[in-house]
Amino acid sequence: MPLQVDITFTLNGRETTLGVPADASALTVLRERLDLAGAKLACGEGECGACTVIVDGQSLNSCLMPAVDLAGRSVLTIEGLWTADGVDPVQDAFIEHGAVQCGFCTPGMIMQIRYLLDRNPNMSEDEIRRGLEGNVCRCTGYKKIIDAVIAAGRATAA
Amino acid sequence: MTLPQLQEPSAFEEYVAPTSLKAALEAMADGAATCVAGGTDLWVQKDEPGRTIGKRLVNIKHVPELAGITETAGGIRLGALVTMTQVLDSALLRKMVPVLPATADKFASVQIRNAATVGGNVANASPAADFVIPLLCLDAVVALASLKAGKVATRTIPIAEIFTGPGRTKMVPGELITGVKFAVPKAGFHAGFAKTGPRPALEIALVSLGFAAYLDGTTMRDVRLALGAVAPTPIRAHKTEAVLEGQTIDAELIERASDALDKEIAPIDDHRGSAWYRRRLARAYLTQELSNAVAG
Repeated sequence: MPLQVDITFTLNGRETTLGVPADASALTVLRERLDLAGAKLACGEGECGACTVIVDGQSLNSCLMPAVDLAGRSVLTIEGLWTADGVDPVQDAFIEHGAVQCGFCTPGMIMQIRYLLDRNPNMSEDEIRRGLEGNVCRCTGYKKIIDAVIAAGRATAA
Repeated sequence: MTLPQLQEPSAFEEYVAPTSLKAALEAMADGAATCVAGGTDLWVQKDEPGRTIGKRLVNIKHVPELAGITETAGGIRLGALVTMTQVLDSALLRKMVPVLPATADKFASVQIRNAATVGGNVANASPAADFVIPLLCLDAVVALASLKAGKVATRTIPIAEIFTGPGRTKMVPGELITGVKFAVPKAGFHAGFAKTGPRPALEIALVSLGFAAYLDGTTMRDVRLALGAVAPTPIRAHKTEAVLEGQTIDAELIERASDALDKEIAPIDDHRGSAWYRRRLARAYLTQELSNAVAG
């Protein structure tokens, strides 16, 4: 039985306390203990970005983050983007521009784009491409995703 | 529905998250600790077969003595916990040592840069460590701390001397990197960093090259040339530096220096690329960086 460590952190705005294995990644805990299956496990080594979440305002590969290090932090996952007003402008833009095919990369893409737009809503196409270097999509060829980011940036800046 | 628990190999028997340097060193004093900060290397490597890791996981992220980019008398200190994103965003570094943000910009991806630390890039001791290359060009020293007779003891090792092999350093069990320090380059300092692989992002360098010198027109002095992924550790190419030292950059010199570099490096064939290709890249990057220096 792996060592369990009790942690308390803020998850999508709600204080959460649970015991986590010292060996586990944040992604494992989100998906398998907290039933938040939006963030995906694909490469497991930080190459693909499917597991991207925002921790204390920084986008991170949750597959590489020790779950124990969640303690005291504020975590935003794709499940937390939805509000009473509806979905996030990034999600709207993905729907509008058909930026989803199989959908596996989509939650990580959207969280990374949210992070990028929070820093700069008026990114050039080149800045968008650079900002998404850590997110792999094997379906879309990225064109519609980039179109969606430009549209979401306009909505965020407006 | 309850999902099955993922069974991860059980490595850690203790976990501590110290909030002072002394407490961190106490947790590491028996040599049985595994330190984690960004986790970007450790969480990939910890379950690799045959890898031995300490049974006590020490999360050093809350140790204030390891944080921050600070200007000291004539120098700059990067705390071990400084992330690549902090390097990239630092107004001080952009102004005083732009090669460091330029290197951070070529480091992995945004998500990795938000987590990966200066200390981790040194401690992991990869022959292909990106951030080590400009630190070698800056003659940086690595500041270390350990607990001796109940007190915090410190020492420094020049970064050019700390690596002993792939994944190996001169650090002793119980020792922690607290930061890296270097003198602020004076006027006339030029430095560049180049690396590649099959894709620009998230690439473990096939070859990386850092070049720095004080330039008077096209004449170089105090030349520093550092390379990654061409030897068991990141290296300074001292023999090639000697060929360049005091010389004026022209086509003939570039050719002569490239030949010297070819003799000085010992790249390997592996799944990422052949030794032959790495040698071609080393020549190409030296040519590129010397040409960039001329172009100003």
